[in-house]
Amino acid sequence: MRPVYALSGGVSKFAKTRQDKNFQAVTKEAYDYAIQDLEIDFPTFTSIVDGSVASYFSDHFTRQLMAGIMAQDYLGLCPKPSHRVEGGGATGGLCFQEVWKSIASGHMDVCVAYGFETMSHVETWKGNEFIAQASDVSWDYPVGGFYSGYYAMMVTRHMKEFGTTVEQMAHVSVKNHINAFSNPYAQKRNRYSIEDVRNAVMIAWPLTRLDICVMSDGAAATILASEEGIKKLEDAGAKIPRPLVKVTGIGRGTDAMRMADRPHVDFDTFMRDYATEQEKADDGTRKYYKGLWEKGTRYPGVHSFRAGRTAGNMAYKHAGISDPLEELDFVELHDAYTSSEIQTYEDLGLCRYGEGGPFAESGKAHLSGIDYGVQLPEKPVCPVNPSGGLIACGHPVGATGLMQAVFALWQLQGTIKKHFDDDALQVKNAKRGAIHSHAGTGTYVTVSILEQEV
Amino acid sequence: MAKLPDRRPETLGGYIVHGVPFPVETDPDSLAFLKKMAPLQIEQDYKITYLHSYGQDSPWFAAASNKKLLASRDPESGYAYATPRGHDMYSGKETEWIDISETPAHIHAFTVCYFGSEEFLPETPFVLCLIKFEDINTLFLARLFGVDPDEPSLDWIGMEVKPRFLRNSKLKPTDVYFLPA
Repeated sequence: MRPVYALSGGVSKFAKTRQDKNFQAVTKEAYDYAIQDLEIDFPTFTSIVDGSVASYFSDHFTRQLMAGIMAQDYLGLCPKPSHRVEGGGATGGLCFQEVWKSIASGHMDVCVAYGFETMSHVETWKGNEFIAQASDVSWDYPVGGFYSGYYAMMVTRHMKEFGTTVEQMAHVSVKNHINAFSNPYAQKRNRYSIEDVRNAVMIAWPLTRLDICVMSDGAAATILASEEGIKKLEDAGAKIPRPLVKVTGIGRGTDAMRMADRPHVDFDTFMRDYATEQEKADDGTRKYYKGLWEKGTRYPGVHSFRAGRTAGNMAYKHAGISDPLEELDFVELHDAYTSSEIQTYEDLGLCRYGEGGPFAESGKAHLSGIDYGVQLPEKPVCPVNPSGGLIACGHPVGATGLMQAVFALWQLQGTIKKHFDDDALQVKNAKRGAIHSHAGTGTYVTVSILEQEV
Repeated sequence: MAKLPDRRPETLGGYIVHGVPFPVETDPDSLAFLKKMAPLQIEQDYKITYLHSYGQDSPWFAAASNKKLLASRDPESGYAYATPRGHDMYSGKETEWIDISETPAHIHAFTVCYFGSEEFLPETPFVLCLIKFEDINTLFLARLFGVDPDEPSLDWIGMEVKPRFLRNSKLKPTDVYFLPA
């Protein structure tokens, strides 16, 4: 495999509705920004780029089959090779990794990932119905298909099993909304308190309106290249900042579509097949998990995502990471729900299973220098969703995973101020970050590691 | 106290409009002005009747319409699925049907949906739950009745429940629902 570099990216303004443009034109906003950030003109870039991968989730929202080729056409990329990927909420993460594969394999030198979703074509509750079609239509959807309901069931189990509280979940909402206050691309730039989150309209107990991401229109694009691709672009006049940002790890995992079918494995199986290298090596953690199992915990059940743990472990092994909390400078993860951010802290090994709630309110996942209006007992260690995440930025599904890639790239280039016109969200001295994209009730999950080249 | 709604719910539907404002002349200035035009939106209806087959899972629905609750099981390992599967995910072998109508069951996880997908909005609030049956390895998604949706409590987890069947089967998984035992 050849080294693969992320060079530039663009994100359209995420909004409740972008009726001013169709999906092709919204995608072009993000694509043009990525090209302009290389300081190269459109025709020259078009002559160099080898192909693309398109990311969008639902044919229902656009009521348009083969929307990918319409974007490819509008971006002026025909007749170059392209294909569409789809994997629910993880579509963008899968797209990013497909582009990585195209370059790592030597098939292409410069390849672009673009993604979009325009969810405003239907009303919110019809949109929820479309999304719920991403659950088994024989067994799950007819019972009351509603993703917020599915995640609420997971978190009642997490609360019962581990003592996680609604206030801990609200800390995630407060953090991500306040982070997004400094992100001009975000759909929701509001300051909320713990009380605001808990007093918001109850959607699916115990998840309130402010525990849940919103539907959005938006697009994102990112350009990846090999060393040869960088040379081609620079020979044509492109300006690519140093140090380069390299994609050093990719991982993926899956799980059963019906969360009712998830296994409940014993302690030995968990330690052998799912524990992180750090957890396996630590006697205290082994004892802690033994205690959980003696109290009845089984893995993953419906409280944890083994697809996320599998993807994380794979990406960490690829990137040579053994202690993710200490070795990652930030994480952009798929916080469709505050509860799923807590679950994902655990899956990604930022804390142990069962300790995601206390981790959320510890301050370790917060940014330094920002007033969150809450008492945080510990200093930031690894900011999670410094951009504001899905909860505040919005979740135009096909664009979301690529939005994470773009924001992570800008963190590692140290260019947040340039792109946000504000450096409040710049993680100081960011060298390595992870992006995490997640589908369904944890059916497809991707984790990719990006880092500054030494 | 929860916040009261601060806006009226939006709905589609409205007047049919004939005649869209447009410049009388298509001179350069008028054409350039079109760049400032607000987008037009039209309504498109989309209604389809699907013929959906339950395939190898069909006996479960036939059983529920006859007030029996089935599950499936790997005949060798005994690994059993409350939501039936035609083949075991570990051995790859075809499963056999078992009757769990009288098997003790309890709530594993639950939520109360105060909102929902459009199709289910008229049924809100409703309680969704995952049921764990004794000696059955996987769970079953169902509706729970007989509890107050305005007073949800984590204490519901672990509650013993029993199945009840619709008298008039709809051939859907909701032909069975659960009540506190």
